[in-house]
Amino acid sequence: MQELRPELRIIADWIAPASRVLDLGCGDGTLLAYLRDHQQVSGYGLEIDPDKVADAIDNSVNVIQTDLDRGLNDFETGAFDYVVMSQTLQAVHYPDRLLEEMLRVGREGIITFPNFGHWYCRLQLLRGRMPVTPSLPNTWYNTPNIHLCTLRDFEALCAEKDFHILERTVVDHAHRTSLPMRLLPNLMGEVALYRFQRRAR
Amino acid sequence: MPKTIPADSVGLVTPQSLHFDSPLELDCKRSLPAYDLVYETYGELNAEHSNAVLICHALSGDHHAAGYHSMEDSKPGWWETCIGPGKPIDTNRFFVVCPNNLGGCKGSTGPMSLNPEKNKPYGPDFPIVTVKDWVRSQARLADALEIEQWAAVIGGSLGGMQAMQWSIDYPERLQHAVVIAAAPKLSAQNIGFNEVARQAIMSDPDFHKGHYYEHDVIPRRGLMLARMLGHITYLSDEAMRAKFGRELREGKLNFGFDVEFQVESYLRYQGQSFVEKFDANTYLLMTKALDYFDPAADYDNNLARALQRAKADFLLIAFTSDWRFAPERSREIVKALLHSKKNVSYAEIEAHHGHDAFLMPIRNYMDVFHRYMERINTGQ
Repeated sequence: MQELRPELRIIADWIAPASRVLDLGCGDGTLLAYLRDHQQVSGYGLEIDPDKVADAIDNSVNVIQTDLDRGLNDFETGAFDYVVMSQTLQAVHYPDRLLEEMLRVGREGIITFPNFGHWYCRLQLLRGRMPVTPSLPNTWYNTPNIHLCTLRDFEALCAEKDFHILERTVVDHAHRTSLPMRLLPNLMGEVALYRFQRRAR
Repeated sequence: MPKTIPADSVGLVTPQSLHFDSPLELDCKRSLPAYDLVYETYGELNAEHSNAVLICHALSGDHHAAGYHSMEDSKPGWWETCIGPGKPIDTNRFFVVCPNNLGGCKGSTGPMSLNPEKNKPYGPDFPIVTVKDWVRSQARLADALEIEQWAAVIGGSLGGMQAMQWSIDYPERLQHAVVIAAAPKLSAQNIGFNEVARQAIMSDPDFHKGHYYEHDVIPRRGLMLARMLGHITYLSDEAMRAKFGRELREGKLNFGFDVEFQVESYLRYQGQSFVEKFDANTYLLMTKALDYFDPAADYDNNLARALQRAKADFLLIAFTSDWRFAPERSREIVKALLHSKKNVSYAEIEAHHGHDAFLMPIRNYMDVFHRYMERINTGQ
């Protein structure tokens, strides 16, 4: 039985058995391999890093080497039940467009990102420095993270785009949750996980 | 010449040949009453006959994909980088079959073979063969070798197109299709290059409308030009720059039309040596097979519909600097496979070698290829 890192565990629990999944930034394909072996899920992963592509092939996962900034034009509308993007939103050029695309090709979107509104980030900014935290370990001058946001930012964008948030979980960098996190998610949560869909018209 | 055979080579190999008596109906509505296919095999066929892999060759390739014919050979087979013990196509696991295609000039029936109706070589009368015809002939070879299903059909360039065609025409007969540096069909630019190559050959005074065997000549200049042109399209600008730059053979300009730049010398050498080992009529046929390849044509020009029939899992590989069959062309195939919900993986390998990259031992390429092949179940 494969061990799944806690964040992926939460995502896997959100995904119904036998569904079709597209995983954006699938890495070595751990999530897809797990979903295939335990939940009869089929689908594809997209990954830009050549070594991770080879790792995903090793995991017998369908992996397409591509840059997410090219969009999801290769996929048909409604081709998937879920489109997952874990810890990648903050690194793409056009997060808003990609979110739209996620809900074009998939029925539901599942997304995780580091919360820039976490108190420790805010504290470092108050001290006049760019945050460096366990979930955001890169320095400002050497980081793939170009579009950081807070929970509130993300939810405002969802409202603007008419996306309906179905579920939200916030956890710390070790993926534990706690009462303060549940009470003050935008201040206490380090990593945000959302499941969302387009609001029925 | 290899003083000793490297440990990761299949070693000394001997081509084999099979004669087929029943006529082969061709796309051009003609048929070949009988024909020979010459092929090589590496590795051992297992008891269940479930570990066989078919290698399809490209334009100027042949059945000699790996190993050496004798200790005097200066070079191994054309895909030595990928076939052998411990290599991506691991001969410790797989039984590898590589035939020379019909219309070829290395032993399979082609323009140089005797036309039984006229008692002289076919020459230009050899029927135009297509990728589909080749696949049909390869299926008969599989029958003869008692291989019901290939573990994989694999090819680069025109070879990759055959692998694709296999998956459409004989969906039950392969588990995996590995399609490398290929395209779903040729572009106008691709066909344009082929046409220039053909014109070079056909306008050579020694061509004699394809009947040059009877005149005891070969259209040397035409075939050489065709190869020189082809060779440029196999390399990237960057690779040529790195290899030759503007280096002068004699270190100075001579203000004449003899060879001055190293690249001129290289291309002439490539062209001249090609003339000694390849037949012009075969070259014409192979370029036509490329031009005609269009598996979607039989399915309302819808590639996804064509591939809907396929049951194989696919691996597609393209190379960043390949401008003959650029990554975008492979992505067209990937897109069609995604639309028809097939199992497919796609790797875009960073390489500066151009189209020829599929023959090179590039680390990431070997890694992806090897790991994909390793996961293939041979039932053992």
